[in-house]
Amino acid sequence: MKDRIRIALAGNPNVGKSTIFNALTGSNQHIANWPGVTVEKKSGTTRLGKTEIEIVDLPGTYSLTAYSIDEVVARDYIIEEKPDVVIHVIDATNFERNLYLTTQLMELGVPLVIALNMSDEAEKNGTLINRTLIKKYFEIPAVRTVGSKGEGLDELLRAALTEAETSPHHEHAIGYGDEIERHIAAIVAVLEKDPNLASRYPPRWLAIRLLEGDDNAQDKIQKSTITAAADAILASIDTEKTEAAMADRRYEVIAALLPQVCTTCVKEMNASDIIDRVVTDRWLGIPIFLALMWAAFELTFAVATPFMSAIDAVMGSCASYVAGSGMEPAWLASLLGDGIIGGLGSVLIFIPNIFILLFILSLLEDSGYLARAAFVMDRLMYAIGLPGKSFIPMLIGFGCNVPAILGTRTIEDKNDRLITILINPFMSCGARLPVYVLLAGAFFPTNAGTVVFVLYVLGIAIAIGSAYLFRKTILPGKPAPFLMEMPPYRFPTAGTAIRHMWDRGEMYIRKAGGIILAGAFIVWVLATFPWGAEYGSAESYAGMIGHLLEPLVAPLGFDWKIAVALLFGFIAKEIVVGSLGVLYGTGEDESSLTGALLADPSLGPVAAFALMAFVLLYMPCVATLAVIRKETGSWKWTGFSVAYGIIVAYLVAFVIVRAGPLILGGI
Amino acid sequence: MDDSEERTGSVTRCEPVTTLDMISPPGSCRVASISAPAMVRKRLLALGFIPGAAIEAVRAAPLGDPVEYRIKGYTISLRKEDARLIAVTPGCA
Repeated sequence: MKDRIRIALAGNPNVGKSTIFNALTGSNQHIANWPGVTVEKKSGTTRLGKTEIEIVDLPGTYSLTAYSIDEVVARDYIIEEKPDVVIHVIDATNFERNLYLTTQLMELGVPLVIALNMSDEAEKNGTLINRTLIKKYFEIPAVRTVGSKGEGLDELLRAALTEAETSPHHEHAIGYGDEIERHIAAIVAVLEKDPNLASRYPPRWLAIRLLEGDDNAQDKIQKSTITAAADAILASIDTEKTEAAMADRRYEVIAALLPQVCTTCVKEMNASDIIDRVVTDRWLGIPIFLALMWAAFELTFAVATPFMSAIDAVMGSCASYVAGSGMEPAWLASLLGDGIIGGLGSVLIFIPNIFILLFILSLLEDSGYLARAAFVMDRLMYAIGLPGKSFIPMLIGFGCNVPAILGTRTIEDKNDRLITILINPFMSCGARLPVYVLLAGAFFPTNAGTVVFVLYVLGIAIAIGSAYLFRKTILPGKPAPFLMEMPPYRFPTAGTAIRHMWDRGEMYIRKAGGIILAGAFIVWVLATFPWGAEYGSAESYAGMIGHLLEPLVAPLGFDWKIAVALLFGFIAKEIVVGSLGVLYGTGEDESSLTGALLADPSLGPVAAFALMAFVLLYMPCVATLAVIRKETGSWKWTGFSVAYGIIVAYLVAFVIVRAGPLILGGI
Repeated sequence: MDDSEERTGSVTRCEPVTTLDMISPPGSCRVASISAPAMVRKRLLALGFIPGAAIEAVRAAPLGDPVEYRIKGYTISLRKEDARLIAVTPGCA
């Protein structure tokens, strides 16, 4: 028995790979990035007997060509890092297509174990896959698993362990017929002349990749000593034709084995088809989509509101207790109460909202509906120059822009992805809601809901307009081809959805929490000092900065207090509410702040609406900017995002202030 | 070496070759050839769009595009613009 082995999990997207990974590793997980790219790398550990097992979850891929960065990452890991075993997770309900990746993994010559996942579902449909025959024909052990119920996982690990100990393992080769085999032999002969190359990559595998016209394999050749000889052979070969012939051959091998291995592979219309008839219906599709989204947000706020009120009340009373405790020195009491506890409150207050929304989105995603949402919305997205996949990050943006921008990783094309990132801050995140709630509640008491809805729509409209503009100017091109699998509908499990929710929600706490806390501290310093000035008054530093900015925002009808609040809102948009509380001297208490705002002669419904629009658009919060910087890898785009946001917000607010009185009839 | 463009074998000639976007759902056909840029072609091949494969156009999205297809026992959606890159022979399934 080895002390320690490394297992890589490979498989197509939507086969339950992450469910198996989570079930195997539990909480012993580590999430990082693959070196040099923004693809997430999940690894974890588990034990079986005395053996410590490290498990790496490879990105979900359909093949191991170099179509996307995910595929390159997956295959480079297998080839360069040489895991002891690769577990290929297969969706047993979609056996034939999944086997294509198997044939490619076989060619890599790594010890392989197949996990026939979702076997319960396949069996329910009447599909029977004979594991003994898989072992016989493919020489690969296959294990029946049901990831969502944890079935077969021990057996899977044992099979992997056995396979890791078996040496030498089988050479899995697919025959490609006389003509191609002659080419392979010729190239292999050349490759073997460079011992460095031949020892790193299986020569037959590399030869096959070269014959398929694989750029990534070409790069490897260009860096070797046999470039000229290999190129000479390849020059006479039509790789496009060879590639199709080889794919054809792999599917032929699969087709020949399939009836043996899968005695009754059922492919009839199933429940998914019936659901799809309704949810992607010509007339019902879009209304159903909109209704589901509306329900998701209603539910989020309905469930989150009591939690938010509770957090608000507890943190609020803690803060005022500490600040008013008469603790010496006085500035320390103020720092702890107003600064730290108040700041902590502004981090915690959005956790219910964000987590519940992420939970619901995870349920929709795991059930398979989000793929239908992309299907239904693709035509519209395409019209503005984006792929249907961009829709999902835009949706998550309503919760928090931070996980939304991290979610753009599923978009393959670089420009598609950049545009999706840049427009995301216009999707009105949960942190902006308290600003709307306060201002709409104060100035539009009878139709606050409509006003908030209009703001969300305004954000979407600006996002769409910007996407269109970027596509026409700075990021030209067409959205990448839309080749999206429609996974069968599945009952999502709460465990997986909670895990998803936690992975994304944790990013909010980790990335935003510290920054918001730091922001709250800065607010406190600026509002408190110079020592002796009344908290947040015109004499404090905050007041001074506000007065300095006042001429800039005066055309929008904002005074120095608003300027200060907006300045602080850059740290996190919900701080605008707290800052207004401080500046109007009412604290966080909403009813007295509402009164103070209504009493301010410079604020009316129009100015309040302009302010809400400005808060919606003016610039991403610091946490979002940090993620934009990280995901685009560029300060230039980060700076662009800030500048563009401010300009758009200024223009929109200006138009509202000028045109608003005409529309509202001077209410 | 056979230089003929024809890929015989699994492809049966039924009707003149057209492109996949012309097959309106519900309808069926078989793949004849793919003329897409390398990256898209590779993905299509991996997804089972190999010459001779049976495709069933299942349904169109509410706005008419993309279209959902069934191939090799699973479903995938393609935009008409991309489906145009796939030459097919209708009525052969």
